[in-house]
Amino acid sequence: MAEFALPRHSKIVKGIDYPYKGDTKNSRKVNVYRWSPDDDENPRIDSYTIDLDDCGPMVLDALIKIKQEIDSSLTFRRSCREGICGSCSMNIDGTNTLACLKSIEDVKGEINIYPLPHMDVVKDLVPDLTKAYAQLTSVKPWLQTDTKPEKGKSRKQSPKEREQIDGLWECVLCFSCTTSCPSYWWNGDKYLGPAVLLQAYRWIADSRDENTNERLDDLEDSFKLYRCHTIMNCTKTCPKGLNPAKAIGEIKKLQLERK
Amino acid sequence: MNNSTVQNLIKVKDMKKLKTHGVGHWKLQRISAIAMIPLVIWFTTSLMLALMNGYEQSIEWLQSPFNATGLILLFGTLYFHAASGLQVVIEDYVHHEGLKIVSLILIKLIATVLGVLSILCVLKIYL
Repeated sequence: MAEFALPRHSKIVKGIDYPYKGDTKNSRKVNVYRWSPDDDENPRIDSYTIDLDDCGPMVLDALIKIKQEIDSSLTFRRSCREGICGSCSMNIDGTNTLACLKSIEDVKGEINIYPLPHMDVVKDLVPDLTKAYAQLTSVKPWLQTDTKPEKGKSRKQSPKEREQIDGLWECVLCFSCTTSCPSYWWNGDKYLGPAVLLQAYRWIADSRDENTNERLDDLEDSFKLYRCHTIMNCTKTCPKGLNPAKAIGEIKKLQLERK
Repeated sequence: MNNSTVQNLIKVKDMKKLKTHGVGHWKLQRISAIAMIPLVIWFTTSLMLALMNGYEQSIEWLQSPFNATGLILLFGTLYFHAASGLQVVIEDYVHHEGLKIVSLILIKLIATVLGVLSILCVLKIYL
């Protein structure tokens, strides 16, 4: 059966409290999930109280501040700090999002930060995404063609054809949507999940790609595609404001038209 | 690529395609859902009216070929839709292969038996 309770070793315990040592009127408590593979301990929640007057506006700024000034062992992924690389996806205030796009101001009260749900944890806020990356590779997210473009020229695409991939190419593969999807939680080994299906549709919808039929054939599967039950968590959580549920719906529509 | 990525890649690629019901199952589930909207509205309103008029009237209602046809269609669609819906629930949540296969077969059997039984009951009164 599906697992509804955590295994004993995954139960989260109370961790270390780091109170703010100083004088500030604008303090905020940040509760962060901590787990390390190096010891044999249960995951814990550490609490760091920081001075917001001396901190950047985003949750990522708070994390960087904590790592630099309070606890250098805190582990998280980050790179571009402007919502383009997709590295700092995590669960903040109950929603999957990018820490660099989530404003501290938008969080009421204490800031609770967990890694992306239902993925194995590498350390602290770093989830193991190897399975998701393998699933992405399986949909061949690159241009496939039989014909050659005009010599020395790039492939032509009208502005209207180009519009078809708007709302798709912007995906930064942070997997916030995939890890928010209950269907992916229960069947992540067989269901591809919203992020990968949006990528699959990005290439199906691209007028330059000549492998549309094979792509659709490959997705015509009761688990890879049809585990989507239009729960819409994906669309609700996407930090880039994209609509994976709609992309999945478009794939289902194309499958229907082909039959 | 590290070792576990490669292993995951092999696992995803080796995944057997479950061709048994992709778009077909999805389509039939939706068609049966849409078909049930008018059938259920018709069934509840007209049977209520018939029942309000007493036993004899209800029997008479069932003896009309239109009502009997409607009722048989409703039972067929209803049990089909229920079975395909439950199938999705089991595929979602039951991860023990043996238990999954047994419950999928049981659901289809029970739905078929109930469907045949309901249709026979309608026919018995109709004939």
